[in-house]
Order: sequence, then C-alpha cells, then structure tokens
Amino acid sequence: MDLRYNEQEEAFRMELRAWLADVLPELGPKPQRDDWVARRAYDANWQRMLFDAGYAGINWPVEYGGRGATPTEHLVFLEETERARAPYVGMNFVGLLHAGPTLVVEATEAQKQDHLPGILRGDEIWCQGFSEPNAGSDLASLRTKAVRDGDDYVLSGQKIWTSFAHVADYCEILVRTDPDAAKHKGITWLIMPMDTPGIDIRPLRTMEGSTEFAEMFLDEVRVPVANRVGAENDGWRVAMVTLSFERGTAFVSEMLQTLELCHDLADLAKKVTSHGATAWDDRGLRRELGHLAAELDALWALTKRNISEATRKGLVGVGGNVFKLAYSDLRHRLGELALQLLERASLSLDDIGDLPTGAHVQGRIHGISISIAAGTSQVQKNIVAERVLGLPKDR
Amino acid sequence: MDFWLTDDQQALGDMVSAFAADRFALDGLPDAEDTGTVMDRDRWTSLAELGVFSLAADGMGMREAAVVFEQLGAGLVPGPLVSTWLAAGLVDGAADGSTIVGMLEVQPGATLVEHADLIDACLLMSGDTVWLVPVGALELERIERPLDPGAPVWQVTGPVTPEALGATAIATGDDAETLYLTGVVLTAALQLGVAVAAGQLATAYAKEREQFGRPIGGFQAVKHLCADMLVKAEVARAAVYAAACALDGASDDDPAVAASAAKVVAGEAALANGRYGIQVHGGMGFTWEVHAQRYWKRAVSLDVSFGSISTHCEIMADAL
Repeated sequence: MDLRYNEQEEAFRMELRAWLADVLPELGPKPQRDDWVARRAYDANWQRMLFDAGYAGINWPVEYGGRGATPTEHLVFLEETERARAPYVGMNFVGLLHAGPTLVVEATEAQKQDHLPGILRGDEIWCQGFSEPNAGSDLASLRTKAVRDGDDYVLSGQKIWTSFAHVADYCEILVRTDPDAAKHKGITWLIMPMDTPGIDIRPLRTMEGSTEFAEMFLDEVRVPVANRVGAENDGWRVAMVTLSFERGTAFVSEMLQTLELCHDLADLAKKVTSHGATAWDDRGLRRELGHLAAELDALWALTKRNISEATRKGLVGVGGNVFKLAYSDLRHRLGELALQLLERASLSLDDIGDLPTGAHVQGRIHGISISIAAGTSQVQKNIVAERVLGLPKDR
Repeated sequence: MDFWLTDDQQALGDMVSAFAADRFALDGLPDAEDTGTVMDRDRWTSLAELGVFSLAADGMGMREAAVVFEQLGAGLVPGPLVSTWLAAGLVDGAADGSTIVGMLEVQPGATLVEHADLIDACLLMSGDTVWLVPVGALELERIERPLDPGAPVWQVTGPVTPEALGATAIATGDDAETLYLTGVVLTAALQLGVAVAAGQLATAYAKEREQFGRPIGGFQAVKHLCADMLVKAEVARAAVYAAACALDGASDDDPAVAASAAKVVAGEAALANGRYGIQVHGGMGFTWEVHAQRYWKRAVSLDVSFGSISTHCEIMADAL
C-alpha cells in the first residue's frame, strides 16, 4: 500500500506538464457559456491538439488510437490538465468517455472505422439519448419506440437531458424494439445521425441558467439497421458495458476543483467581516470548514483507492458508489457554508467588487446537481444496500 | 501508486480479527463488565505474544499497525492499546506485555485515566515532550459508573504536572510529535474498526429481524441507514490508510494534516455508525442485551482520546 507515484508515472507527469506549458498559451480565451457553436469549435480544437500530441483517448486501447494509459496515468493526466487550467473534455464527453468506449467493445469493424478516429480527433461530437421524461432512475422502462421498416428502424418518442444535442453529430440512443418483452429485454442501442429528418431539439434551461440540456423529440426518424450496435433487443447489456469502463477517475477534475474551492472559502472567510470581526474569527465556522476539509482529504484518498482497485482488478467496486454518495453530501454542505459566509452577497451570480461571489454561488448551484446526476443518492443507496450489503430488494 | 492492501497486510488483518473473536469474544462481555474484568494480564500478554506491541520492532510500519488496530477496534478489544504501542521501544516491558502503559490526558477539572487498575505507568504529552508517569504517583478516585464499561475510568484528584508527578521525559521535539501523530492515527484505526463492525452488526440484524411480515432491511428507510453506515466506514478507511501511508513516508501528504483528517472522519464514522446501529436495532438496541450500544460507547471514548473531532477540525482549518 503506497500513495507515491512510481517513476513511470512521474515521467509521464513531467512530459505532460512540459507539453501543457508549451501549448496552453496558444489557446484562445474560453467562449461564452451558451455560445454553443463557439464552444464546439473550442472543444474540438483542444481535442485535436491532444490528438496530435498523442494524448487523445488517454484510457482507450492502443489498437483503436488511444494511449492505453493505466488508471493512475489517467489520474495524473487529469491532475496535470486541471493544475494547468487546461480545457476540460467539454463536448467531447459523450464521445470520448461514453459512446466511444462502448463502440470499442461492441461495434462492428465498419462502425469502429466510421466513428472512433473522428471522436479521437475531435471531429465528431456525440450526445446521449438514454433518459426519457418517464424513464429516469428507472431507465429500463424507456418507451421511445423503434419499428423495423426494411433496412431502417423508424423511431418515435421523446428523450431528455440530451446535453449538446443542438451541436452534436451523432446520438447514442436506446430505443424499445420489443414492446412485449420484459422491460430490460426489449431495448436496442443505435447510432443516430443528428441530421436525420424528424429530430426536433428544444433547449431545457437548468437552474444555473444554462441551456446545456435539451429535450429531443423524435417523429418517425429513420435510422439504418446497419447503425445498430449489438444485437436487436440486447441494448440494455450494451448500455451497461459503458459502466465497466469507469476506472475511478470520473470525479477527479471535480474533486480538484472542490479542494480549491475549500481553500478559496477559507480565504473568503478571512476577508468577510461582520460586527467588527471576520468570519474566520468565528470558531464554529472554522470548525465546520475544517470538518469539510477533512472529509475532502478523505475523499481524495478514496479516489486513489478506487483507482488502485481498478488497476488491480480492472473494475471499481463499491468505492465508486461510496464516493458519489459522500461527495454529493459534502458539496451540499460546502455550498451552504459559502452562501452563509456571503450573506446578502449570495444574492448575486456576478462578482461584487473583489468578492468572488460568482464562483461560490455558481458552485453552490452546481453542487445541487451532483446528488441527482448519474443516479440519485437515493438510488445509489438502494444499489449499495441491495447489491453490496445483500439486503432484500423488497421496498 | 498502489493504494490497496497487499496480500500480507490483508492476511495480517484476518489473523488479528480471528484472534480477537477467539480471545475477546463479544459474548463474554456482559459478564466481564459486571465483574470488572474486561481485561486482565493474561489476555494482555496474549496480545503482546501475537506481536501487537512489537510491530515496529518486527520491521512493520504504520500501515500494518493501522490494519491491526482496525481489527482490534472492530473486535471491541479493550485496554490502553494505543499508549502501550507508543511506549514499546521506549519503556521496558511494554513490547512484551509485562508493562502496561496507559494515557494521562489532562483536562482541567476532569482529568480521567482509563484502566488505572491495570496499568503500570502512563504517558503524559505536554508541550513538545512525552513524559512517563508511574501510576503510583497519581492520586486517583474511581468513577463508579463509567460510560464505556470497556473503558473503566479514574479521576485524578491530585496534581497533573510532570514535575509534581516525578515524570521522566522519554521523547522530545520531533520524536514527541511523531508519537502524538502515531497515537492519533492508531486511535483513528480503532475508530474505523468500530465503524465497520457496528455497520456489519446492524446490517446482519436488518436481514433477520422481521416486522410487517418481512425483513426490516427491505424497507428503504432502514436499508438506507445501512448504506450510510457502509459509506461512512469506507470513507474513513481511505482517510486512515492515507494517514498511515503519510506517517510511513509512503505519501507526499503532510502527516499532521493526514492524521487530523483521519481522526475527524473516522471519529465521525464511529459515532454515527454507533448511533445508527442502535437505531436499526430499535428498542433492543437500547438494552444491555445486544452489542449495538457498546460500539457507540467505544466511539465516544475513542473520540475524546488523542484529540476530539472539534480539536482536529480546528487543526484542519488552520492548515487551509
């Protein structure tokens, strides 16, 4: 048991750090949050830079153009890019971390040739069409239907939370191909080109004010049968394959930002005054911040534990669920503390004078999404209790 | 980086777990508590023979010590385990079990010493010095009703300064600091064990106990408590192992910060799981009959050893 990075990992870090120092100054300013066209160009450009330098698909197998890095090297990659304030994966998220890895395992050779190089180069942007208004936590109850008609499937229905749908080229979509089968048994995984007629996208504004999410309405959209990944009605298993790619790195960038947020909060507490004393002079507040800092350090250690488990066993165990549950809770409390510190300044999403109001209030709002996205905390607890502790499924 | 127990470390933990279940079987606790014999010299010697106090001399580090103490905590093994471990190598007989060394934690108005009838001497950490105090130098008054029956306590009614007690300095400066941090992390390891075991006991009960015609573990309100206990314990595990790595130099983290983080998180896990464990047991949890209450009581006594959650939260804040 050793938390130190080995020589190979440190060498990788140094090489990457030098490259980042070299190329980041060339990168233009980040585009506005809701300028999706500019954001696509920015993210694509960054992905191309990574590709040209050999860092694209850091965790993808070498035979499909990836780097084949170990989970720890992936951690180092995320640490260094975050440290250097390099762009995040952005719009390439679904392609690089979700659809791409699924194609690597499940797609035909032709499908791989058609899509994997484009995803790695940043030429192809993907979105995800899994959730529906009535299929959230209970994803397998999805109802968007696909009816076979010659060489096509004809899709009708509605999807939701389809991030980047308005600028994506392809959608990994789950559809119901057998309405009579048990709910997990009648689902199929398809590659849907986003320029197909019959797709209507409506932005869905989040409580942050962003239009990143979208609703997607499908009205007799024709998708070639050749775009099916895996067998007909075997889509649930194909969708689950993606989960097995998680190597404990999903929250690394988030965690590093939150560690910094905690330090920033301490700085803020030393600055904000009330009744002639700084917030930092308040022992109760100091303790609460210290408590959160302790939990954050523990979660950073847990991240490394999960990555180490993935390295040894190829998969993260319960530590993945444990991390998400604990981290979600911590972000809520950290965010509440920030608002409490800011008092009336928390009413502003813009910075006020030299108070970094924007980052903290924005951070608080973002924190609310974490206990919901990718499996609510309530569903996570069911999973831990039933699949790990072996408690009865009975509700 | 490989932040996972080695096979040897895992085997060491398994061995200590089996030993604790055998020599310190929980079913024997109610009788021992009634007769005031939760620990005796024979069983203390068996711990020493197992090598609990001579891990360092045997070339093992804090990582192995943390694994061992986690299992001692899970098994509710009583006694001044941490202070005797710290004394080994500095105090004759501590490593082989012939000298039992307790801890004198001074709190104005309420300086309480655990296991005063068992120990030969105790450690007093003051400023940058660790002192050894012969137990005979203490003026003691037995507390009739200790909170944790596994940790009987005496109040020190006389002076508590090293000078007045004729104490001998056994470590100073960096050595004293390391001893303190080691004590913090070993206590956190005991707390980790308490948190894990309390969760396991409650989960097992939730599978067996039936109400409304089905196991109570099937109800989300109960199963979520069980899941919460697992979450608390596993987060604590990461913090405790990370602190052990830091003290072994197997990490780039500051050992003092890592130790405080571990004490906060493991302390909180032990207290919460102790409490949830009683809750899952319902009315029986409030009785002496089931062990659930013992985990919570041990969690309390461990929290106020080597700095409470509040103390270490402030250290964490100062490090920000």
